Parts: sequence; C-alpha cells; structure tokens
Amino acid sequence: MPLIDLANPTRFLALTARVLPWLIGLTVVTFVGGLYLAFFVAPDDYQQGATVKIMFIHVPNAWLSMFVWGLMSVAALGTLVWRHPLADVAAKCAAPLGAAFTFLALVTGSLWGRPMWGTYWVWDARLTSVLVLFLMYLALIALWRTVDDPSRAGRAAAILTLVGAINLPIIKFSVDWWNTLHQPASIMRLGGPSIHWTIQIPLWAMTIAFTLLFLALHLAAMRNELMRRRVRTLRLLQAQGARV
Amino acid sequence: MSALSALLVRDVRVALRVGGGALAGVLFFLAVVVLIPFAFGPDLALLQRVGSAILWLGALLASLLGLDRLLADDHADGSLDLLLMGRAPLELVVAMKALAHWLTTGLPLVIAAPVLGLLLNLDLDAMAVVTLTLAIGTPALTFIGLIGAALAAALRRGGLLLPVLVLPLTIPVLIFGVAAANAAVVGPMPVATPLTILCALTLVSAVIGTFAAAATLRHGME
Amino acid sequence: MTLKLAGSDLACVRGGREVFAGVSFSVAAGEALVLTGPNGAGKTTLLRAIASLLRFAAGRLDFQASDPEAVLAEESHYLGHQDALKPSLTVGENLAFWADFLGVAASDSGKGLAAVGLAELARTPAAFLSAGQRRRLSLARLVAAPRPVWLLDEPTTALDARAQEILAALMRDHLKGGGLIVAATHGVLPLERASELRLGGAA
Repeated sequence: MPLIDLANPTRFLALTARVLPWLIGLTVVTFVGGLYLAFFVAPDDYQQGATVKIMFIHVPNAWLSMFVWGLMSVAALGTLVWRHPLADVAAKCAAPLGAAFTFLALVTGSLWGRPMWGTYWVWDARLTSVLVLFLMYLALIALWRTVDDPSRAGRAAAILTLVGAINLPIIKFSVDWWNTLHQPASIMRLGGPSIHWTIQIPLWAMTIAFTLLFLALHLAAMRNELMRRRVRTLRLLQAQGARV
Repeated sequence: MSALSALLVRDVRVALRVGGGALAGVLFFLAVVVLIPFAFGPDLALLQRVGSAILWLGALLASLLGLDRLLADDHADGSLDLLLMGRAPLELVVAMKALAHWLTTGLPLVIAAPVLGLLLNLDLDAMAVVTLTLAIGTPALTFIGLIGAALAAALRRGGLLLPVLVLPLTIPVLIFGVAAANAAVVGPMPVATPLTILCALTLVSAVIGTFAAAATLRHGME
Repeated sequence: MTLKLAGSDLACVRGGREVFAGVSFSVAAGEALVLTGPNGAGKTTLLRAIASLLRFAAGRLDFQASDPEAVLAEESHYLGHQDALKPSLTVGENLAFWADFLGVAASDSGKGLAAVGLAELARTPAAFLSAGQRRRLSLARLVAAPRPVWLLDEPTTALDARAQEILAALMRDHLKGGGLIVAATHGVLPLERASELRLGGAA
C-alpha cells in the first residue's frame, strides 16, 4: 500500500487498528528487555552508585523531547506546504506527548542531580535548555486549546512550531554560552571517559523502548483525534440541517 | 507619500494619540525599576552589579506592552483586509508596523534607560553600554513579539497567551544583551563578542518575525 | 477596456462547512452583478474570496484587465461590514492614508471627501462620526483611490436617503467609466441593469 494512501483518514484508522496491538506488544517486550539490561547488565558507577541508572530513563526522555519537536516541525511543513490532511492531527497529538517526555526528562534529571549536586535544581546548561523547551511545549499546547476550529489552530500552531524549531538551536547555543559565563565548570558526567558497551547497549535498548512507546501512544492519540473531529463534523451537519 | 511611509506615519500617529502614547511603556519601565530595590533592598553595591540586568528585564517586559494591540486592532476594524489588498507585500507592511511599534515603544525605553540607570547606581560607562545594547536589542524584541501579535490577531484571543508564546523566544536576546552590557563593565571578555551576536539576533529576528507574522496573518484570514 | 471577471464552479469551505458550491458568473466592464440570498448563504464569503482574502476550495476565477500582469486583489476595492477607520485620526487623515496606501500616484482625498459630502468634516476625529457618516467615509475611499473592480458587501446599510443617492451616483459613474461592480445586498440596489446571482436556499 503506497504511503499516500495513509493520507485518507479512513484508511489510516483501518491500518492503525491492525498495527496498534502489535506495536503495543513490541513496546512491552523492548521495555522488559531494556529494563533487564539496565538493572542487571549495566554496572554501577564508581562515584554515583546505582543512582546513575536514572540515566537510562533520563537520556531517552531527553532525546525524545527533541525528536518530538522535530517530528512536529515536519508535520508543520506538511500542513503549510503540502496541505496533508493528517499533518495537523499528527502535530496536535504529538505536542502533549512531547511535553510529557520533556517533563520526565526534567524530573529524572532533577532526581539524578540531587545526590550529585546536593540540590534538586541547578541552572546548568542542559537542564535550563530543557526547561525552556518545556515552556515552549506548554505554549504550543495552550495555542492548540485556544481555537475551536481545528484547521485554523493547526495552521497557527504549525507556524509557531517552525519558528520554535528555528529558535531551539539559537536558544540552546545562548544557554550554553550563558552557562559558561556564570557557572564554574561543573559538567554532568555521563559515566566515564568512554561509554562502555555495558552502558551503551542498555541505553540503546531503553531509547528504542521509549521511542516505540511514543509511537504507540501517538498513533492511539491520532485515532482519538480523528474520531473527535468526526463527532464535531456530525454535530455541525446536524445543526446545519436543523437550520433549514 | 508612498504606501509604506503612509502606513508608518499612520501607525505612529495612532500610537502617539491613543492611551498614553509613548509614555505608557516608559512608565511601566519606571515602575519595574522602582520595584526592584524594594525587593532586593537598597544595597547600592548589589544594585550596581545587577543594574544592567534589571534595566534589560524592565525593557523586555515593557516592550511586550501594546504588542497584542499591534495587529489585533487592524484585524478588528477591518483595516487588515484592506492592507492585504494594497500594492505593498504583506511582509513589508508588517515590518513597517513593527518599525512604528519600536519607534513609539522601544525607542522611548532606550532613551529612558540612562535616566533610570541613575536610580540603580550605574556609572557612566555602564549606562552607555546598556543603552547601546538596548538600542540594538529592542528591535529584536519587537520583531519576535510580532509573531505573537500576529497569532493573537489571527486567532482573536490575546490576553496571557501572547507573553507565554513570545517570552521563551526572547531568551537569547536577553542573555546576550545583558552579557554585552556586563562585559563592557566587568570584563574580562571583550564586549564585541556578545554585541555582535546581539546584532545577529536582531537581524535574524527581523527576517523570521516578519515572514512568520505575514504567514500567520495570511493563513489566519481563512 | 478589456475588463472581465468570471468564475466557474466555485466552492468555499469555512470551518469544515461547505458554504457554497458550483457557483458560476461573468461580469465585464460597465456591468454589475448583484448577489442575493438569505443570511449564511455565502454572499460575504464569495466577495471575500474574490478579494483574495479567503481561498476557494474548488473552481476557477478568471480576471482580465488591460494590464496582463494585474492582480485581482490590487485592482479591486472591498467594502465590507467594517469601516477600517481609526477613531483617533481625523476624517481627512483616515482617507489620505487609504488613498496613499491603496492608490497609485495622484490619488485625491479631497475629491473623495467632496464626492460623499464630508468635506467640511475633514478635521474632525473619526470617533465623532455617526454610523452613516462612517459609511460615507468608506465610500470616499472608492473615489479617492480609483480601482476598476468594486466588491461591495451590503453597501446601503446605515445610509440615509441622501447618502443612498450619493451611492447610486457613484456606482453609475463607476460603471460608465468602465469599471465593474459585484455587490451583495438584502434589499434593492439603485442599478438599472444588473445581473443577479442567487446564493443559498439549500435543500
């Protein structure tokens, strides 16, 4: 089935109905595998002890927080340039998921930081950049909720997403720069001069697991959103029919 | 008079005649600068150290004033429809409106900054540099705010949404503006580095802001 | 003058709802088209779409003018429900701005004010105008910055008898000068020969 057929909402719903159970199953399997690897294969850090294993949740979440914005940017181009019918649905459903992953990255980063730095929050470059990213996610979600008409909200959100995508590297660069100005060099160490395979493999496994989780949740959310829009259209038609 | 200069003149006229004109932003700026010592305490040494940061913060918040009205008024009274039907491209129209906003909101802030610097015990060098960085950076704030203004106009809901959308995007300008101001006074970094980056940010935001705002208005008409 | 505006099979969708479909018309220089129909039938939507403020979902719109590069939006006046006036500017300043912005060189705001009978109010802030006077000021825009296509949305609203005569005279002169008019109305427009396009009346 060519990819363009997915543009049809009905076909999309049918396809995802078949695919979703398998995807959920695969997600569960990779999570189990990843967690096993993280807890039993990866060694403790000689400085941090077992708390370093928060990294196996923190890093995938941080990666996903940026990946989701990238995905939304592609969807934004789909809305503005190619007028793909499902693009704004994809963007709308991705935003809360991206915000959740960013929030988890912040929380796990903060919990990780407590034993290391002695406080729950430090204005270091990475945490600060992620905090700003979180703010931008919330702004985008607020924008989605402000307008009733989904297609108008979709276009406005698409523009804001693209502006955000251009600004994110600038913001990251600015925060890094600002951080080197104001902080002594207390850089978060990821676990040694080179990343040994016993850490790399669980890290990759957890990253794949979280990415699959995002995909499953995203597809499910898109199905819900399409249903919601159908209900809305039916309601509009009902009102229009009653008008005559 | 050409179309775009007529637009500039009209917008400046309206801004000056309505609701306090250019003074509204300056008064807000003054209010913020007055509040800070009440929060920090009257320690002059401390105020001097954070003075340029306070001025930048006050200018940032004050330049958000009136942004929601920038495009929403034209949308509400039907002027935007006609602006779209003129012979000038929408991007230039929007850029002119941004320029008018800066002339009536940003520029007064730049002029007021040295005076307010006295309240914060800044010395002459610091005041000069802060004023320069504000002169370069406030246009960036206006252009970034233009995006939020366009969204507020196209979606017809302004209020708190606009600052939430705009503020994260202004963070780089704030960082480099304050860094340039401080570098000149405290060193050891040469002031040229953050200053040139600030100039770059203003130029980039001028382009992104006008194009994003124009695109929002076009799409929002439907 | 080779002025022609023709639409075939036009459709518009707003907020997920199809407002109209299969609309076709043709207007040439010196001709007028009157849009009629109940509220919600899409008269305003059609006018705004012709003015390029909205997009057509389907169909074709052809515009020909003596200048082959002419863009319809730049050659038409749109008179909507709103007046596009800034209350803090005077009558003269408001009109002069639109004359400068919408017109080519030699747009004449004095002539525009005189044509609608507002010349003595030139220095009055627009906030003090009555509804009828505001409407007349909008009409002055059409005179001060000449453009061949007029898109009028219920132009007689808020006009008293004398103002309606002024409007009739303006429209006649415009058509005589080779322009064309597309106007939406609920009532009767003072045009001798005008073709009618009825919208709406669904089901």
